[in-house]
Amino acid sequence: MSARALFAEDMLLGRLVTGIGRSPKAVIAAVVCIILLFAAIVGPYLTPQNPYDLAVLDILDSKLPPGSQSMDGLNYWLGTDGQGRDMFSAMIYGLRTSLGVGVFSGIVALLVGTVLGLIAAYFGGRIDTLIMRVVDLMLGFPTILVALMLLALLGQGLWKVIFALILVQWATFARAVRSAALVEKNKDYVEAAVTLGIGTPRILLGHILPNCLPPLIVIGMLQVANAISAEATLSFLGIGLPITEPSLGLLIANGYQLLMSGEYWISVYPGVLLLVLVFSINIVGDRLREVLNPRLGER
Amino acid sequence: MTVFVIRRFLQSIAVLIVTAVIVFIGIYAIGDPAEMLIAPDASPAERAQVVASLGLDKPLWEQFFTFAWNALHGDLGRSFVFNRPSIALIFERLPATLELTLTGLVFALVLGIPLGLLSGLKPNSATDEVIMTGSIFGFSLPSFWQGMMLIMIFSVWLGWLPSTGRGQMGEFLGIHSSLFTLDGLTHLILPAINLSLFKLSLVIRLTRTGVRETMPLDFVKFARAKGISERRIVFVHVFKNILIPLITVIGLELGSMLAFAVVTETIFAWPGIGKLLIDSIMRLDRPVVVAYLLVIVSLFIFINFVVDVLYSLVDPRVRLGGAQ
Repeated sequence: MSARALFAEDMLLGRLVTGIGRSPKAVIAAVVCIILLFAAIVGPYLTPQNPYDLAVLDILDSKLPPGSQSMDGLNYWLGTDGQGRDMFSAMIYGLRTSLGVGVFSGIVALLVGTVLGLIAAYFGGRIDTLIMRVVDLMLGFPTILVALMLLALLGQGLWKVIFALILVQWATFARAVRSAALVEKNKDYVEAAVTLGIGTPRILLGHILPNCLPPLIVIGMLQVANAISAEATLSFLGIGLPITEPSLGLLIANGYQLLMSGEYWISVYPGVLLLVLVFSINIVGDRLREVLNPRLGER
Repeated sequence: MTVFVIRRFLQSIAVLIVTAVIVFIGIYAIGDPAEMLIAPDASPAERAQVVASLGLDKPLWEQFFTFAWNALHGDLGRSFVFNRPSIALIFERLPATLELTLTGLVFALVLGIPLGLLSGLKPNSATDEVIMTGSIFGFSLPSFWQGMMLIMIFSVWLGWLPSTGRGQMGEFLGIHSSLFTLDGLTHLILPAINLSLFKLSLVIRLTRTGVRETMPLDFVKFARAKGISERRIVFVHVFKNILIPLITVIGLELGSMLAFAVVTETIFAWPGIGKLLIDSIMRLDRPVVVAYLLVIVSLFIFINFVVDVLYSLVDPRVRLGGAQ
């Protein structure tokens, strides 16, 4: 990447950090996001038990309310579920799955969308028309409907859910990158790069792409939040992740039946965690949109 | 105008054909159609009969035409579970879903537009901050989770409202609906709120952005200079301009609410097509799943078509752009 692009990125990073810093709400949300991300990464070292190791589970410990102690002195701060699993540990593992699925599908969708959007904008003509027709078709349908259609036809499974999430997200990125790149394409620096004989891939990735980053960052954040929410919804409906890959949505679904009989913690705590996760990502994303949207200006 | 409508109509047909092809490929090319469309407990003779009647021994393109031809005649197979034409099951339950969706949409608009105006007219005020944070909260709450909380608070703890089913239905002008009885209405409130909260946030944000982007424009300044009252400026001049994005989004969101009704109906045991879909997926009742997908997609494409036509009526620029 050229020095110029790095410089631009640097400026962007600075703008983002100061933008967030100026809103206390966004600072808190950003800190929560970082803590949750950290908890998800180091998850297994953080939890008192491995909630999916059947050897450590004791059915006598099932459905204990928050704060109770197990037979061997382990404290269940958030209670246990129907199988005697520590809810805190199960939630951290669930967070790993939820965040993993959301972030991974978001990144792949971003890559696919960016490449197609850049190609559409730079080459124009038939390629552009073709790509944008597909984009319009995809965006014409609500996310949940496409995901439902796919999973209804394919059946459930981790990779199928990820595939469905990528499929419903890439078009948003492609459209954003295309419209940003269309503006950049006609600027002098691109013409200069062409005159210098720089190859097309390098112009696209090294020169145009860095200048299209602002909308991408915002959409990326909001899409990850959407993906996490969508995955949880699909898993709750029983057509998302299988029982072997317990995400937060599945934990909530498992506790749902027990909710009516008063064992609220089994589904309420994972629900609160999911809510805090999605809410903080959305707050940060929303703040970034305000900082980066030239039409609304700085608050 | 006519050219625009015709062009848009042809596009809709094209999208419908593409979706039918996708659903067809989903059933016939990825999976084994015999396994998908024949009940698992069918005898070999029954199996052979269905294979012959579906033409599964013929080439793929010929199968597609049989599939499309049957679909056009409303024949999308029989449900294994109910042993009735799947399309009939869908149409039987469609009114319940429409009732729920429309009520939810009305909730979202009636609350969302005033809140958005309030927020957009005084940007960065305390009211604005509360409304905006609330709206982020609204769309961060996954729909199913929010529904569970509604049930827990209003049905389990407070015992005010029923949480399952459609309740008693009344008849008015030949339409059967829960809207016409008190019992039905109490059953409708929670699911409708559940379905509308997400859209409420969207309506608030759209209205707010619309107000904020329209207020600094020259025509508003001009109207002020002319001495037109602030109230008239907001409710007549500015409002008209906000209406354009609102109509599109409302149209699109109506479709998305129909799809999201799957979640709400599952939680509140609302006997609509969404619950039918999930039940059918669980019971491997694939003809119903296929029928649902085709019906909902057709409905969706129809709504999009109507929205675009309406849009071109409100904003002539769209029409002119399309004619170039």
